[in-house]
Amino acid sequence: MQFMCLIYSDPVNEPAHGTPEFGEMMQGYGAFTKHVQDTGKFVSGDALQGTETATTVSVRSEKTETMDGPFMETKEVLGGYYLLECADLDDAIKTAAMIPTAKFGRIEVRPVVVWDN
Amino acid sequence: MSPSLTSKDEIERVVREEWGRNLASLVKTLGDFQLAEDCLQDALISAFEHWERSGLPRSPAAWLLKVARRKAIDRIRRDRGFAAKLPELTYLYELENSVDDVEEGGVISDERLQMIFICCHPALAEKSRVALTLRSLGGLSTDQIAAAFLDTGEAMQRRITRAKIKIKGAGIAYKVPEVEDLPERLASVLRTLYLIFNEGYSASSGEALTRVDLSNEAIRLARITAHLMPDECEVQGLLALMLLHDSRRSTRVGGNGEVVTLKHQNRARWNRAKIEEGTAILQACLPLGRTGPYQIQAAISGVHAHSVDWKSTDWAQIVELYAALLCFENTPVVQLNQAVAMSMAGTPERALEVLSALEGMESYVPYHLARAEVLGKLGRTLDAKDALCLALEHTQNSVEAEFIRTKLGYLH
Repeated sequence: MQFMCLIYSDPVNEPAHGTPEFGEMMQGYGAFTKHVQDTGKFVSGDALQGTETATTVSVRSEKTETMDGPFMETKEVLGGYYLLECADLDDAIKTAAMIPTAKFGRIEVRPVVVWDN
Repeated sequence: MSPSLTSKDEIERVVREEWGRNLASLVKTLGDFQLAEDCLQDALISAFEHWERSGLPRSPAAWLLKVARRKAIDRIRRDRGFAAKLPELTYLYELENSVDDVEEGGVISDERLQMIFICCHPALAEKSRVALTLRSLGGLSTDQIAAAFLDTGEAMQRRITRAKIKIKGAGIAYKVPEVEDLPERLASVLRTLYLIFNEGYSASSGEALTRVDLSNEAIRLARITAHLMPDECEVQGLLALMLLHDSRRSTRVGGNGEVVTLKHQNRARWNRAKIEEGTAILQACLPLGRTGPYQIQAAISGVHAHSVDWKSTDWAQIVELYAALLCFENTPVVQLNQAVAMSMAGTPERALEVLSALEGMESYVPYHLARAEVLGKLGRTLDAKDALCLALEHTQNSVEAEFIRTKLGYLH
Protein backbone atom coordinates (compact mmCIF):
# COMPACT_ATOMS: atom_id res chain seq x y z
CA MET A 1 0.00 0.00 0.00
CA GLN A 2 1.02 3.59 -0.54
CA PHE A 3 2.04 5.88 2.26
CA MET A 4 2.47 9.62 2.05
CA CYS A 5 5.36 10.83 4.18
CA LEU A 6 4.96 14.54 4.85
CA ILE A 7 8.18 16.18 5.97
CA TYR A 8 7.76 18.92 8.57
CA SER A 9 10.40 20.98 10.30
CA ASP A 10 11.04 24.32 11.90
CA PRO A 11 13.26 26.25 9.45
CA VAL A 12 15.42 27.56 12.31
CA ASN A 13 16.46 23.98 13.08
CA GLU A 14 17.48 23.27 9.51
CA PRO A 15 21.16 23.43 8.58
CA ALA A 16 21.90 26.71 6.78
CA HIS A 17 22.57 26.65 3.05
CA GLY A 18 26.27 26.39 2.28
CA THR A 19 27.34 24.92 5.62
CA PRO A 20 28.95 21.46 5.85
CA GLU A 21 25.84 20.30 7.77
CA PHE A 22 23.67 21.34 4.85
CA GLY A 23 25.85 19.34 2.48
CA GLU A 24 25.60 16.34 4.77
CA MET A 25 21.81 16.58 4.86
CA MET A 26 21.56 16.81 1.07
CA GLN A 27 23.84 13.79 0.74
CA GLY A 28 21.54 12.01 3.19
CA TYR A 29 18.56 12.82 1.00
CA GLY A 30 20.40 11.56 -2.06
CA ALA A 31 21.19 8.29 -0.31
CA PHE A 32 17.64 7.93 1.00
CA THR A 33 16.09 8.52 -2.41
CA LYS A 34 18.44 5.99 -3.96
CA HIS A 35 17.59 3.50 -1.22
CA VAL A 36 13.83 3.74 -1.74
CA GLN A 37 14.31 3.57 -5.50
CA ASP A 38 16.51 0.48 -5.24
CA THR A 39 14.05 -1.28 -2.92
CA GLY A 40 11.08 -0.49 -5.15
CA LYS A 41 9.42 1.76 -2.61
CA PHE A 42 9.77 5.08 -4.39
CA VAL A 43 6.60 6.38 -6.07
CA SER A 44 7.39 10.09 -6.01
CA GLY A 45 8.96 12.72 -3.85
CA ASP A 46 9.80 16.41 -3.98
CA ALA A 47 11.01 19.31 -1.91
CA LEU A 48 8.86 22.43 -1.76
CA GLN A 49 9.85 26.09 -1.91
CA GLY A 50 9.57 27.87 1.43
CA THR A 51 6.27 29.04 2.92
CA GLU A 52 7.17 32.62 1.93
CA THR A 53 6.30 31.53 -1.62
CA ALA A 54 2.95 30.02 -0.60
CA THR A 55 -0.40 31.28 -1.82
CA THR A 56 -3.60 29.96 -0.27
CA VAL A 57 -6.55 29.65 -2.63
CA SER A 58 -10.24 29.33 -1.81
CA VAL A 59 -13.48 29.74 -3.76
CA ARG A 60 -16.34 31.53 -2.00
CA SER A 61 -19.57 32.52 -3.74
CA GLU A 62 -17.96 31.34 -6.97
CA LYS A 63 -15.18 33.85 -6.53
CA THR A 64 -11.60 32.76 -6.28
CA GLU A 65 -9.91 34.38 -3.33
CA THR A 66 -6.20 34.26 -2.75
CA MET A 67 -4.22 34.90 0.38
CA ASP A 68 -0.52 35.54 0.70
CA GLY A 69 1.03 32.86 2.90
CA PRO A 70 0.46 29.27 3.96
CA PHE A 71 -2.90 27.82 5.05
CA MET A 72 -1.68 27.67 8.63
CA GLU A 73 0.98 29.79 10.26
CA THR A 74 2.93 27.26 12.28
CA LYS A 75 6.51 26.94 13.39
CA GLU A 76 6.93 23.60 11.71
CA VAL A 77 6.22 23.83 8.02
CA LEU A 78 5.72 21.28 5.28
CA GLY A 79 9.00 21.19 3.41
CA GLY A 80 8.53 18.23 1.10
CA TYR A 81 7.15 14.74 0.75
CA TYR A 82 7.80 11.19 -0.35
CA LEU A 83 5.07 8.94 -1.66
CA LEU A 84 6.22 5.40 -0.86
CA GLU A 85 5.01 1.90 -1.57
CA CYS A 86 5.39 -0.05 1.68
CA ALA A 87 4.22 -3.45 2.93
CA ASP A 88 2.50 -2.09 6.03
CA LEU A 89 2.68 0.61 8.68
CA ASP A 90 5.72 -0.97 10.38
CA ASP A 91 7.59 -0.87 7.09
CA ALA A 92 6.46 2.72 6.47
CA ILE A 93 7.55 3.85 9.94
CA LYS A 94 10.95 2.24 9.55
CA THR A 95 11.46 3.84 6.16
CA ALA A 96 10.21 7.26 7.25
CA ALA A 97 12.65 7.17 10.16
CA MET A 98 15.46 7.14 7.57
CA ILE A 99 14.44 10.50 6.07
CA PRO A 100 17.21 12.93 7.16
CA THR A 101 14.75 15.57 8.45
CA ALA A 102 13.33 13.04 10.95
CA LYS A 103 16.40 13.80 13.10
CA PHE A 104 15.39 17.42 13.77
CA GLY A 105 11.86 17.68 12.38
CA ARG A 106 8.93 15.28 12.08
CA ILE A 107 7.52 13.01 9.41
CA GLU A 108 3.76 12.53 9.28
CA VAL A 109 2.93 9.14 7.77
CA ARG A 110 -0.52 8.74 6.20
CA PRO A 111 -1.80 5.86 4.06
CA VAL A 112 -3.30 6.78 0.70
CA VAL A 113 -7.02 6.02 0.34
CA VAL A 114 -7.85 3.22 -2.06
CA TRP A 115 -11.31 3.85 -3.51
CA ASP A 116 -13.57 0.87 -3.97
CA ASN A 117 -14.02 0.32 -7.76
CA MET B 1 -24.41 -31.55 26.63
CA SER B 2 -25.79 -30.74 30.04
CA PRO B 3 -29.55 -31.04 30.24
CA SER B 4 -29.78 -28.64 33.17
CA LEU B 5 -30.28 -24.94 32.73
CA THR B 6 -27.08 -22.96 32.50
CA SER B 7 -26.91 -19.91 34.69
CA LYS B 8 -26.32 -16.48 33.25
CA ASP B 9 -23.12 -16.15 35.30
CA GLU B 10 -21.77 -19.39 33.89
CA ILE B 11 -22.51 -18.26 30.34
CA GLU B 12 -20.87 -14.91 30.98
CA ARG B 13 -17.78 -16.60 32.33
CA VAL B 14 -17.49 -18.91 29.33
CA VAL B 15 -18.14 -16.11 26.88
CA ARG B 16 -15.45 -13.89 28.41
CA GLU B 17 -13.00 -16.78 28.52
CA GLU B 18 -13.48 -17.41 24.80
CA TRP B 19 -13.86 -13.80 23.70
CA GLY B 20 -10.23 -13.00 22.86
CA ARG B 21 -9.56 -16.16 20.89
CA ASN B 22 -12.78 -15.90 18.90
CA LEU B 23 -12.39 -12.21 18.18
CA ALA B 24 -8.81 -12.72 17.05
CA SER B 25 -9.87 -15.48 14.69
CA LEU B 26 -12.71 -13.36 13.28
CA VAL B 27 -10.50 -10.31 12.76
CA LYS B 28 -8.13 -12.48 10.76
CA THR B 29 -10.96 -13.88 8.60
CA LEU B 30 -12.76 -10.58 8.10
CA GLY B 31 -9.84 -8.16 8.09
CA ASP B 32 -12.02 -5.70 9.96
CA PHE B 33 -11.95 -5.14 13.69
CA GLN B 34 -15.34 -3.49 14.02
CA LEU B 35 -17.17 -5.98 11.84
CA ALA B 36 -15.57 -8.85 13.76
CA GLU B 37 -16.67 -7.41 17.08
CA ASP B 38 -20.21 -6.73 15.89
CA CYS B 39 -20.57 -10.29 14.62
CA LEU B 40 -19.23 -11.79 17.82
CA GLN B 41 -21.64 -9.60 19.78
CA ASP B 42 -24.50 -10.93 17.61
CA ALA B 43 -23.33 -14.47 18.34
CA LEU B 44 -23.33 -13.77 22.08
CA ILE B 45 -26.94 -12.65 22.03
CA SER B 46 -27.78 -15.83 20.23
CA ALA B 47 -25.71 -17.86 22.73
CA PHE B 48 -27.59 -16.46 25.71
CA GLU B 49 -30.89 -17.47 24.10
CA HIS B 50 -29.81 -21.00 23.25
CA TRP B 51 -27.56 -21.89 26.16
CA GLU B 52 -29.91 -20.75 28.88
CA ARG B 53 -32.51 -23.06 27.36
CA SER B 54 -30.48 -26.10 26.45
CA GLY B 55 -27.20 -25.86 28.34
CA LEU B 56 -23.65 -25.28 27.15
CA PRO B 57 -22.59 -26.90 23.87
CA ARG B 58 -19.64 -29.27 23.95
CA SER B 59 -17.31 -26.58 22.65
CA PRO B 60 -18.75 -23.15 23.41
CA ALA B 61 -15.85 -21.48 21.58
CA ALA B 62 -16.49 -23.39 18.37
CA TRP B 63 -20.22 -22.74 18.65
CA LEU B 64 -19.66 -19.00 19.03
CA LEU B 65 -17.22 -18.82 16.17
CA LYS B 66 -19.52 -20.69 13.82
CA VAL B 67 -22.50 -18.50 14.63
CA ALA B 68 -20.39 -15.34 14.41
CA ARG B 69 -19.23 -16.33 10.92
CA ARG B 70 -22.84 -16.81 9.80
CA LYS B 71 -23.69 -13.42 11.24
CA ALA B 72 -20.76 -12.03 9.27
CA ILE B 73 -22.17 -13.47 6.06
CA ASP B 74 -25.51 -11.79 6.84
CA ARG B 75 -23.93 -8.48 7.67
CA ILE B 76 -21.71 -8.40 4.59
CA ARG B 77 -24.64 -9.27 2.30
CA ARG B 78 -26.73 -6.47 3.78
CA ASP B 79 -23.93 -3.94 3.48
CA ARG B 80 -23.79 -1.35 0.68
CA GLY B 81 -20.09 -1.87 0.21
CA PHE B 82 -20.80 -5.54 -0.54
CA ALA B 83 -18.47 -5.74 -3.51
CA ALA B 84 -15.40 -4.67 -1.57
CA LYS B 85 -15.91 -7.53 0.87
CA LEU B 86 -16.38 -10.19 -1.81
CA PRO B 87 -13.10 -11.99 -1.09
CA GLU B 88 -13.95 -12.27 2.61
CA LEU B 89 -17.46 -13.45 1.76
CA THR B 90 -16.12 -16.17 -0.52
CA TYR B 91 -13.74 -17.23 2.22
CA LEU B 92 -16.57 -17.35 4.76
CA TYR B 93 -18.60 -19.62 2.45
CA GLU B 94 -15.59 -21.89 2.12
CA LEU B 95 -15.20 -22.06 5.88
CA GLU B 96 -18.90 -22.72 6.26
CA ASN B 97 -18.64 -25.69 3.93
CA SER B 98 -15.43 -27.14 5.28
CA VAL B 99 -15.86 -29.97 7.75
CA ASP B 100 -12.61 -29.99 9.58
CA ASP B 101 -12.33 -26.35 10.56
CA VAL B 102 -14.40 -25.74 13.64
CA GLU B 103 -16.27 -28.89 14.34
CA GLU B 104 -17.41 -29.15 17.91
CA GLY B 105 -14.45 -29.88 20.08
CA GLY B 106 -12.08 -29.00 17.24
CA VAL B 107 -9.14 -26.77 17.88
CA ILE B 108 -9.48 -23.14 16.85
CA SER B 109 -6.20 -21.77 15.58
CA ASP B 110 -4.93 -19.23 18.02
CA GLU B 111 -4.59 -15.74 16.54
CA ARG B 112 -4.40 -13.95 19.85
CA LEU B 113 -0.75 -13.11 19.51
CA GLN B 114 -1.35 -11.16 16.30
CA MET B 115 -4.22 -9.48 18.09
CA ILE B 116 -2.21 -8.36 21.08
CA PHE B 117 0.51 -6.92 18.85
CA ILE B 118 -2.11 -4.89 17.01
CA CYS B 119 -3.79 -3.68 20.19
CA CYS B 120 -0.42 -2.59 21.60
CA HIS B 121 0.97 -1.08 18.40
CA PRO B 122 3.20 1.91 19.20
CA ALA B 123 1.32 3.96 16.57
CA LEU B 124 -1.68 3.99 18.94
CA ALA B 125 -1.85 6.31 21.95
CA GLU B 126 -0.90 4.57 25.19
CA LYS B 127 -4.36 4.90 26.75
CA SER B 128 -5.91 3.49 23.59
CA ARG B 129 -3.58 0.49 23.72
CA VAL B 130 -4.70 -0.22 27.28
CA ALA B 131 -8.40 0.17 26.47
CA LEU B 132 -8.26 -1.83 23.26
CA THR B 133 -6.32 -4.68 24.88
CA LEU B 134 -8.84 -4.94 27.70
CA ARG B 135 -11.73 -4.82 25.24
CA SER B 136 -10.40 -7.11 22.54
CA LEU B 137 -8.30 -9.60 24.41
CA GLY B 138 -9.77 -9.38 27.88
CA GLY B 139 -13.38 -9.22 26.71
CA LEU B 140 -14.26 -6.47 29.18
CA SER B 141 -17.17 -4.25 28.19
CA THR B 142 -16.57 -0.62 27.32
CA ASP B 143 -18.47 0.42 30.46
CA GLN B 144 -16.32 -1.82 32.65
CA ILE B 145 -13.16 -0.35 31.17
CA ALA B 146 -14.49 3.18 31.57
CA ALA B 147 -15.31 2.52 35.23
CA ALA B 148 -11.87 1.05 35.81
CA PHE B 149 -10.25 4.25 34.56
CA LEU B 150 -12.87 6.54 36.13
CA ASP B 151 -13.82 7.71 32.67
CA THR B 152 -17.29 8.05 31.14
CA GLY B 153 -18.58 5.22 28.99
CA GLU B 154 -19.03 7.57 26.06
CA ALA B 155 -15.49 8.88 26.20
CA MET B 156 -14.13 5.35 26.38
CA GLN B 157 -16.34 4.27 23.48
CA ARG B 158 -14.98 7.15 21.40
CA ARG B 159 -11.42 6.26 22.29
CA ILE B 160 -11.88 2.61 21.32
CA THR B 161 -13.71 3.49 18.12
CA ARG B 162 -10.96 5.93 17.12
CA ALA B 163 -8.35 3.27 17.74
CA LYS B 164 -10.21 0.75 15.57
CA ILE B 165 -10.54 3.29 12.78
CA LYS B 166 -6.82 3.95 12.96
CA ILE B 167 -6.03 0.23 12.82
CA LYS B 168 -8.30 -0.24 9.83
CA GLY B 169 -6.95 2.74 7.91
CA ALA B 170 -3.34 3.14 8.96
CA GLY B 171 -1.99 -0.05 7.43
CA ILE B 172 -1.20 -1.86 10.68
CA ALA B 173 -0.52 -5.42 9.57
CA TYR B 174 -2.31 -8.34 11.18
CA LYS B 175 0.80 -10.32 11.99
CA VAL B 176 3.38 -11.02 14.61
CA PRO B 177 6.17 -8.48 13.97
CA GLU B 178 9.31 -9.41 12.04
CA VAL B 179 12.21 -10.58 14.17
CA GLU B 180 14.08 -7.28 13.73
CA ASP B 181 11.05 -5.29 14.97
CA LEU B 182 10.15 -7.70 17.74
CA PRO B 183 12.10 -6.20 20.67
CA GLU B 184 10.51 -2.77 20.27
CA ARG B 185 7.03 -4.09 19.58
CA LEU B 186 7.19 -6.57 22.43
CA ALA B 187 8.33 -3.81 24.78
CA SER B 188 5.15 -1.94 23.91
CA VAL B 189 3.02 -5.04 24.65
CA LEU B 190 4.72 -5.63 28.00
CA ARG B 191 4.48 -1.98 28.95
CA THR B 192 0.75 -1.98 28.18
CA LEU B 193 0.12 -5.07 30.31
CA TYR B 194 2.18 -3.63 33.15
CA LEU B 195 0.23 -0.37 32.96
CA ILE B 196 -3.00 -2.33 33.35
CA PHE B 197 -1.54 -4.18 36.32
CA ASN B 198 -0.32 -1.02 38.04
CA GLU B 199 -3.61 0.74 37.48
CA GLY B 200 -5.28 -2.07 39.40
CA TYR B 201 -2.52 -2.22 41.98
CA SER B 202 -2.65 1.45 42.86
CA ALA B 203 -6.43 1.67 43.07
CA SER B 204 -7.39 2.38 46.66
CA SER B 205 -9.36 -0.30 48.46
CA GLY B 206 -12.66 1.59 48.50
CA GLU B 207 -12.65 2.06 44.77
CA ALA B 208 -11.35 -1.43 44.16
CA LEU B 209 -14.61 -2.89 45.41
CA THR B 210 -16.54 -1.35 42.55
CA ARG B 211 -13.84 -1.41 39.89
CA VAL B 212 -13.02 -4.37 37.74
CA ASP B 213 -10.01 -6.09 39.13
CA LEU B 214 -7.42 -4.83 36.67
CA SER B 215 -4.52 -6.57 38.39
CA ASN B 216 -6.15 -9.96 37.97
CA GLU B 217 -7.02 -9.07 34.41
CA ALA B 218 -3.42 -8.06 33.71
CA ILE B 219 -2.17 -11.32 35.18
CA ARG B 220 -4.63 -13.25 33.01
CA LEU B 221 -3.45 -11.38 29.90
CA ALA B 222 0.20 -11.86 30.84
CA ARG B 223 -0.48 -15.58 31.28
CA ILE B 224 -1.99 -15.76 27.80
CA THR B 225 0.96 -13.87 26.31
CA ALA B 226 3.48 -15.98 28.23
CA HIS B 227 1.72 -19.11 27.00
CA LEU B 228 1.83 -17.86 23.40
CA MET B 229 5.50 -16.79 23.59
CA PRO B 230 7.12 -19.39 25.83
CA ASP B 231 10.62 -18.50 24.63
CA GLU B 232 10.46 -14.80 25.40
CA CYS B 233 12.07 -14.47 28.82
CA GLU B 234 10.85 -10.95 29.41
CA VAL B 235 7.23 -12.03 29.00
CA GLN B 236 7.83 -14.71 31.63
CA GLY B 237 9.62 -12.11 33.74
CA LEU B 238 6.66 -9.75 33.59
CA LEU B 239 4.27 -12.53 34.66
CA ALA B 240 6.58 -13.41 37.56
CA LEU B 241 6.84 -9.74 38.55
CA MET B 242 3.07 -9.34 38.59
CA LEU B 243 2.55 -12.48 40.67
CA LEU B 244 5.23 -11.52 43.19
CA HIS B 245 3.87 -7.98 43.56
CA ASP B 246 0.34 -9.26 43.77
CA SER B 247 1.23 -11.68 46.56
CA ARG B 248 1.44 -8.66 48.90
CA ARG B 249 -1.79 -7.09 47.82
CA SER B 250 -3.85 -7.70 50.96
CA THR B 251 -1.11 -6.24 53.18
CA ARG B 252 -0.54 -3.05 51.23
CA VAL B 253 -3.44 -1.10 52.69
CA GLY B 254 -4.04 -0.63 56.40
CA GLY B 255 -7.30 -0.49 58.32
CA ASN B 256 -7.71 3.24 57.67
CA GLY B 257 -7.00 2.99 53.96
CA GLU B 258 -3.41 4.12 54.43
CA VAL B 259 -0.62 2.67 52.30
CA VAL B 260 1.54 0.23 54.25
CA THR B 261 5.11 0.19 52.93
CA LEU B 262 7.02 -3.02 52.32
CA LYS B 263 8.96 -2.48 55.54
CA HIS B 264 5.84 -2.59 57.69
CA GLN B 265 3.73 -5.17 55.87
CA ASN B 266 2.60 -8.31 57.69
CA ARG B 267 4.63 -10.87 55.78
CA ALA B 268 2.72 -13.78 57.28
CA ARG B 269 -0.25 -12.66 55.20
CA TRP B 270 1.57 -12.62 51.88
CA ASN B 271 0.10 -15.07 49.39
CA ARG B 272 2.53 -18.00 49.35
CA ALA B 273 0.98 -19.66 46.29
CA LYS B 274 1.62 -16.55 44.17
CA ILE B 275 5.15 -16.20 45.55
CA GLU B 276 5.91 -19.79 44.69
CA GLU B 277 4.46 -19.56 41.21
CA GLY B 278 6.30 -16.30 40.46
CA THR B 279 9.55 -17.69 41.83
CA ALA B 280 9.27 -20.89 39.78
CA ILE B 281 8.66 -18.92 36.57
CA LEU B 282 11.65 -16.72 37.31
CA GLN B 283 13.91 -19.64 38.12
CA ALA B 284 13.02 -21.21 34.79
CA CYS B 285 13.89 -18.16 32.69
CA LEU B 286 16.79 -16.46 34.53
CA PRO B 287 19.36 -19.20 33.76
CA LEU B 288 18.71 -18.74 30.02
CA GLY B 289 20.74 -15.54 30.29
CA ARG B 290 18.40 -13.32 28.31
CA THR B 291 17.75 -10.93 31.16
CA GLY B 292 15.82 -7.73 30.86
CA PRO B 293 14.22 -5.13 33.11
CA TYR B 294 11.13 -7.19 33.97
CA GLN B 295 13.08 -10.27 35.04
CA ILE B 296 15.39 -8.11 37.16
CA GLN B 297 12.50 -6.32 38.83
CA ALA B 298 10.89 -9.70 39.48
CA ALA B 299 14.15 -10.91 40.99
CA ILE B 300 14.21 -7.89 43.33
CA SER B 301 10.62 -8.56 44.29
CA GLY B 302 11.56 -12.21 44.80
CA VAL B 303 14.35 -11.37 47.26
CA HIS B 304 11.81 -9.45 49.35
CA ALA B 305 9.25 -12.23 49.03
CA HIS B 306 11.66 -14.73 50.55
CA SER B 307 12.95 -12.51 53.37
CA VAL B 308 11.61 -12.92 56.88
CA ASP B 309 11.63 -9.19 57.53
CA TRP B 310 12.90 -5.86 56.21
CA LYS B 311 16.10 -5.89 58.22
CA SER B 312 17.35 -9.37 57.41
CA THR B 313 16.72 -8.92 53.68
CA ASP B 314 19.75 -9.64 51.46
CA TRP B 315 20.31 -5.96 50.69
CA ALA B 316 23.70 -6.50 49.07
CA GLN B 317 22.00 -8.67 46.46
CA ILE B 318 19.32 -6.06 45.94
CA VAL B 319 22.01 -3.39 45.36
CA GLU B 320 23.52 -5.64 42.68
CA LEU B 321 20.14 -6.25 41.05
CA TYR B 322 19.47 -2.51 40.90
CA ALA B 323 22.87 -2.04 39.28
CA ALA B 324 21.77 -4.55 36.62
CA LEU B 325 18.43 -2.77 36.23
CA LEU B 326 20.24 0.54 35.72
CA CYS B 327 21.83 -0.90 32.57
CA PHE B 328 18.33 -1.08 31.08
CA GLU B 329 16.55 1.75 32.84
CA ASN B 330 18.86 4.48 33.99
CA THR B 331 16.23 6.63 35.67
CA PRO B 332 16.42 8.73 38.85
CA VAL B 333 13.75 6.57 40.51
CA VAL B 334 15.78 3.38 40.00
CA GLN B 335 18.89 5.17 41.32
CA LEU B 336 16.90 6.32 44.34
CA ASN B 337 15.78 2.77 45.05
CA GLN B 338 19.32 1.54 44.72
CA ALA B 339 20.46 4.19 47.21
CA VAL B 340 17.87 3.00 49.74
CA ALA B 341 19.19 -0.55 49.31
CA MET B 342 22.80 0.67 49.73
CA SER B 343 21.86 2.35 52.96
CA MET B 344 20.25 -0.85 54.22
CA ALA B 345 23.25 -2.90 53.05
CA GLY B 346 25.45 -1.00 55.47
CA THR B 347 26.91 1.57 53.09
CA PRO B 348 24.98 4.79 53.82
CA GLU B 349 27.97 6.87 52.62
CA ARG B 350 27.60 5.40 49.13
CA ALA B 351 23.85 5.92 49.35
CA LEU B 352 24.28 9.61 50.19
CA GLU B 353 26.68 10.04 47.27
CA VAL B 354 24.09 8.60 44.86
CA LEU B 355 21.29 10.69 46.33
CA SER B 356 23.33 13.90 46.22
CA ALA B 357 24.04 13.38 42.55
CA LEU B 358 20.36 13.05 41.63
CA GLU B 359 18.72 16.01 39.95
CA GLY B 360 15.16 17.16 39.53
CA MET B 361 13.90 15.38 42.65
CA GLU B 362 13.13 18.52 44.68
CA SER B 363 9.40 17.89 44.85
CA TYR B 364 9.55 14.09 45.02
CA VAL B 365 8.59 13.04 48.55
CA PRO B 366 10.28 9.57 48.50
CA TYR B 367 13.56 11.31 47.66
CA HIS B 368 13.47 13.44 50.81
CA LEU B 369 12.35 10.47 52.90
CA ALA B 370 15.27 8.41 51.60
CA ARG B 371 17.70 11.25 52.34
CA ALA B 372 16.33 11.58 55.87
CA GLU B 373 16.80 7.84 56.41
CA VAL B 374 20.38 7.88 55.12
CA LEU B 375 21.35 11.05 57.03
CA GLY B 376 19.85 9.56 60.19
CA LYS B 377 22.02 6.47 59.73
CA LEU B 378 25.08 8.70 59.37
CA GLY B 379 24.19 10.41 62.65
CA ARG B 380 23.43 13.75 60.97
CA THR B 381 20.18 14.28 62.86
CA LEU B 382 19.75 17.97 62.03
CA ASP B 383 20.18 17.35 58.28
CA ALA B 384 17.78 14.43 58.55
CA LYS B 385 15.21 16.73 60.13
CA ASP B 386 15.65 19.25 57.32
CA ALA B 387 15.04 16.49 54.79
CA LEU B 388 11.86 15.42 56.58
CA CYS B 389 10.64 19.05 56.63
CA LEU B 390 11.17 19.18 52.86
CA ALA B 391 9.19 15.95 52.50
CA LEU B 392 6.39 17.42 54.58
CA GLU B 393 6.39 20.54 52.44
CA HIS B 394 5.80 18.53 49.25
CA THR B 395 3.39 15.85 50.35
CA GLN B 396 -0.20 16.20 49.17
CA ASN B 397 -1.53 13.29 51.12
CA SER B 398 -2.76 13.72 54.70
CA VAL B 399 -1.91 10.16 55.72
CA GLU B 400 1.62 10.57 54.41
CA ALA B 401 1.96 13.93 56.21
CA GLU B 402 0.98 12.24 59.47
CA PHE B 403 3.58 9.54 58.83
CA ILE B 404 6.30 12.18 58.26
CA ARG B 405 5.31 14.12 61.40
CA THR B 406 5.63 10.95 63.45
CA LYS B 407 9.13 10.43 62.05
CA LEU B 408 10.01 14.04 62.87
CA GLY B 409 8.83 13.41 66.42
CA TYR B 410 11.33 10.56 66.80
CA LEU B 411 14.21 12.85 65.87
CA HIS B 412 13.49 15.46 68.54
